[in-house]
Amino acid sequence: MKTVLTIVLFIVAAPLAGGLMAGLDRKAGAWMQSRVGPPLLQPFYDVAKLFSKQNIAVHKSQKYYVLCFLVFVILSGALFVAGQDLLLVIFALTLADVFLILGAYSVRSPYSYVGAERELVQMMAYEPMVIITAIGMYMVTKSFSVADIAAFEQNLFVKLPGIFIGLLFVLTGKLRKSPFDLSMSHHAHQEIVGGVLTEFSGAELAMVKIAYWYQNVFLLGLVCLFFASAFWLGVGAVMLTFFLEVFIDNNSARLTWQFTLASSWIAAAVLGMGNLVVLIFI
Amino acid sequence: MSYLQKSPWLIHYDASGCNGCDIEVLACLTPVYDVERFGILNIGNPKQADIFVVTGPVNEQSKAVIERIYNQMPSPKIVVAVGACACSGGIFRECYNVSGGVDKVIPVDVFVPGCAARPQSIIDGIITGLEVLDEKYKQLKDERKRRKVERANG
Repeated sequence: MKTVLTIVLFIVAAPLAGGLMAGLDRKAGAWMQSRVGPPLLQPFYDVAKLFSKQNIAVHKSQKYYVLCFLVFVILSGALFVAGQDLLLVIFALTLADVFLILGAYSVRSPYSYVGAERELVQMMAYEPMVIITAIGMYMVTKSFSVADIAAFEQNLFVKLPGIFIGLLFVLTGKLRKSPFDLSMSHHAHQEIVGGVLTEFSGAELAMVKIAYWYQNVFLLGLVCLFFASAFWLGVGAVMLTFFLEVFIDNNSARLTWQFTLASSWIAAAVLGMGNLVVLIFI
Repeated sequence: MSYLQKSPWLIHYDASGCNGCDIEVLACLTPVYDVERFGILNIGNPKQADIFVVTGPVNEQSKAVIERIYNQMPSPKIVVAVGACACSGGIFRECYNVSGGVDKVIPVDVFVPGCAARPQSIIDGIITGLEVLDEKYKQLKDERKRRKVERANG
């Protein structure tokens, strides 16, 4: 019963939190550029507007891919808050991303294609580190279950500092922030136009945005898991992580996909694998 | 009031001419004018835009592009012609390759005069256009309702 309530709470509250975070992101970005910036609730206005626009999907299949993207993102988040297997959560999230890529491939547009290809590269870049995170948590707590990891009496950060920093490194790409925002741009003025999102409009774009809100909440939940034994420390870490990401986003330009891939793998190998090797010997 | 008025995304196209108004449009995005205060984004993608901002006179080459961008935008949508050239052809109107203002190619909802149009008047023009946008949304809703009733009646 408690699990069901948690899942319902997640489904209702996560988009609200995610939308507020997106608003804060834009506001903080505006402050960093000495602008006033949009209202805090602007992302909600945007999504509400997108639902009232005319539907001009090029392919009918596109709509279903976007719907699957949203559903699987929600599913992975729900599995996470329900305390299920961490690996299952990660794979569900990967599957969600695959649906987004299929949605981008379903339209014959060069920009959409470039975005989809880069999204694949980005997945290759961050996936090893995310898996290493799960393995690291297993090696410390002897369980893949999120509930067990969260109930572990010690702060995971103490034993997994390398993995935590490595995860922060790839999180920039996962949260679609510069310098690792390879596959899409929020405003279509760059070399890939809108990237994966070029061909999405109206209700479909709104669904993608809502899915990102869910995903961002889940990802910050993953950061929080490192500090699960001290809840307020976790909240502090999440806030610090978020502002660090916004800060980096506003201070860097997009890197090439080669550099992104290489640096993410090096981070995974040195910080992630290094941490795992140390864990074996202590 | 619909949410369209709170989150107008625009696409900007420079049809030709001297680029003066073009730069004034971009000036609206800078910290001094900061149009994002109104939720306005220069989104750059016709499929996601609500407002089409055109600067400069229409010539033979830009005609087709303007038409294509306009047709790719989902309704409700409005067109704002910024500057003397976009309104009427301006100083270029006698040129052999210029057909005149933007209204020669697509329907224009708001004309913003000036050479170059000042950022203040551009922002004013777009905010004025928001009411037209809302009006168009109401028409679209009525149209949808009417079609639904027609379908129900066979």
